[in-house]
Amino acid sequence: MELNINFRNAKSAIFKGIIVFFAFLITVPLIIVLGYIIKQGIFQVNWHFLTNVPAPVGETGGGIINALVGSFIMVMVAAVVAIPVGMAAGIYLSENPRTKLAYYSGLCVDILQGVPSIVVGIVVYFWIVKPLGTFSAISGSAALAIMMLPIVIRSTEQTLKMLPASLKEAALSLGVPYHRVILKVIVPCGFAGILSGIMLSVARVIGETAPLLFTAFGNPYLSYSITKPMESLPHLIFTYATSPYDDWHNLAWGASFILLMFVLVLNIFTKVLTRKWKVQL
Amino acid sequence: MESTIVKAENYNSYFGDNHVVKDVNISINKNEVIAVMGPSGCGKTTFLRGINRMHELIPNATSKGKILLDGENVYDMNAIYVRSKIGMVFQRPNPFPNLSIYENVVAGYLLNGIKISKADKDVIVEKSLTSSALWKEVKDSLHKKGTFLSGGQQQRLCIARAIAMQPELILFDEPTSALDPISTSSVEALFHELKANYTLIIVTHNMQQAARVSDRTAFFYMGELVEFDDTKQMFTNPSDQRTQNYITGRFS
Repeated sequence: MELNINFRNAKSAIFKGIIVFFAFLITVPLIIVLGYIIKQGIFQVNWHFLTNVPAPVGETGGGIINALVGSFIMVMVAAVVAIPVGMAAGIYLSENPRTKLAYYSGLCVDILQGVPSIVVGIVVYFWIVKPLGTFSAISGSAALAIMMLPIVIRSTEQTLKMLPASLKEAALSLGVPYHRVILKVIVPCGFAGILSGIMLSVARVIGETAPLLFTAFGNPYLSYSITKPMESLPHLIFTYATSPYDDWHNLAWGASFILLMFVLVLNIFTKVLTRKWKVQL
Repeated sequence: MESTIVKAENYNSYFGDNHVVKDVNISINKNEVIAVMGPSGCGKTTFLRGINRMHELIPNATSKGKILLDGENVYDMNAIYVRSKIGMVFQRPNPFPNLSIYENVVAGYLLNGIKISKADKDVIVEKSLTSSALWKEVKDSLHKKGTFLSGGQQQRLCIARAIAMQPELILFDEPTSALDPISTSSVEALFHELKANYTLIIVTHNMQQAARVSDRTAFFYMGELVEFDDTKQMFTNPSDQRTQNYITGRFS
């Protein structure tokens, strides 16, 4: 009997050891990737790097301002479109889960989430780039917005579904009209969750290269016009890393470092904000 | 003195095909405390939610008949107007977690976008919290979130929120079933004070509570209003066998 119990305890200990080992193991790739990019990229970054356009082949120096500005503008425009649309759809899905429309649009959201980003790029190419006759930042934003939508929709829906029905009843019983119940009670109470979805969607699309290949295309010069081709961080990394020049490789490493830091900071920022703004139910 | 404030005429409620409240006729006077009791699933909460038109918010829920509030059928009025005229307190305390205690009390004004001055708000907050016997406990922490209060305090905050809208009638849906005995007695004590200014309809499945707090009691069974009489009369000498059975605990 005692032997049996010892054997069982040993099995439990081994099992625990295995899951702890794997939990630890999954942090290793992240640390290695982080470490390597920091090592390669951190010394490329200085004020000059952040405020200048890339230098032509053969010249030293040069920076990534065109990609920084481009990524910022394109993601902003995409967010301005995707956030309200995504939130509205998310609110509908959480409010009317049993309707036919909710079933089919929920299905579409799931499928949209699974569509490869390059396919989104091709579609936007045929819808916007071809009719307009030119690559443009706005078409890049359209592609990014499509990528953001499912994340914003699902996070809004999931957050609002967690709120108790009693909250809505409390507002309705005071004679508050439905739209005000949603805007003044439901959305503010779920704000932390919705915000974290938005931030994660931004972090996700800022690193997307594929949908921008046929849309924003890239631009070695600084451009603010959304109807003209525009550079972006991931696209700059792609073009410069695949070039045969060492200077350009360094530029790509520096850009990778900046992109990685941005995503990292955004994730940490989200965690802190959601903790701070989380509503105590 | 005795004037009718709420009157139900052949009132019926349904969930889909399920007939939950059957042909209820009842007349409730001003400044009365009415207890509505009955076993689980007897339709008492559904009846209560019919009065301020909360019932129809549930998918597939419908109703027939009339509920007259001051002689006017609530089903001919705008539902939003009806709900702002009738206060409601729920089973579980549900203060708005994103609002402070102060904002919770005036939530009916804030959320409806009714503009009132800061001074008026201050008056309403103090008056409502005093009426709900919570003022002394929270007057120094009005700007803390309402969800930091204890369950009983939260429930009194919800009562203050209902009072702040100056309703004539307040509906209570098992208001103490989620509270501990001490909080329960503080809420019950409040009913006696509220009676002076408001009409209260309290759904409860706690018979002792019905006996303690109400002037008249309505007994619901299987969706029917079986008996409606003075509370004393009802608990000592009920006229219907079913009431007798329920009170003596022969079914629950």
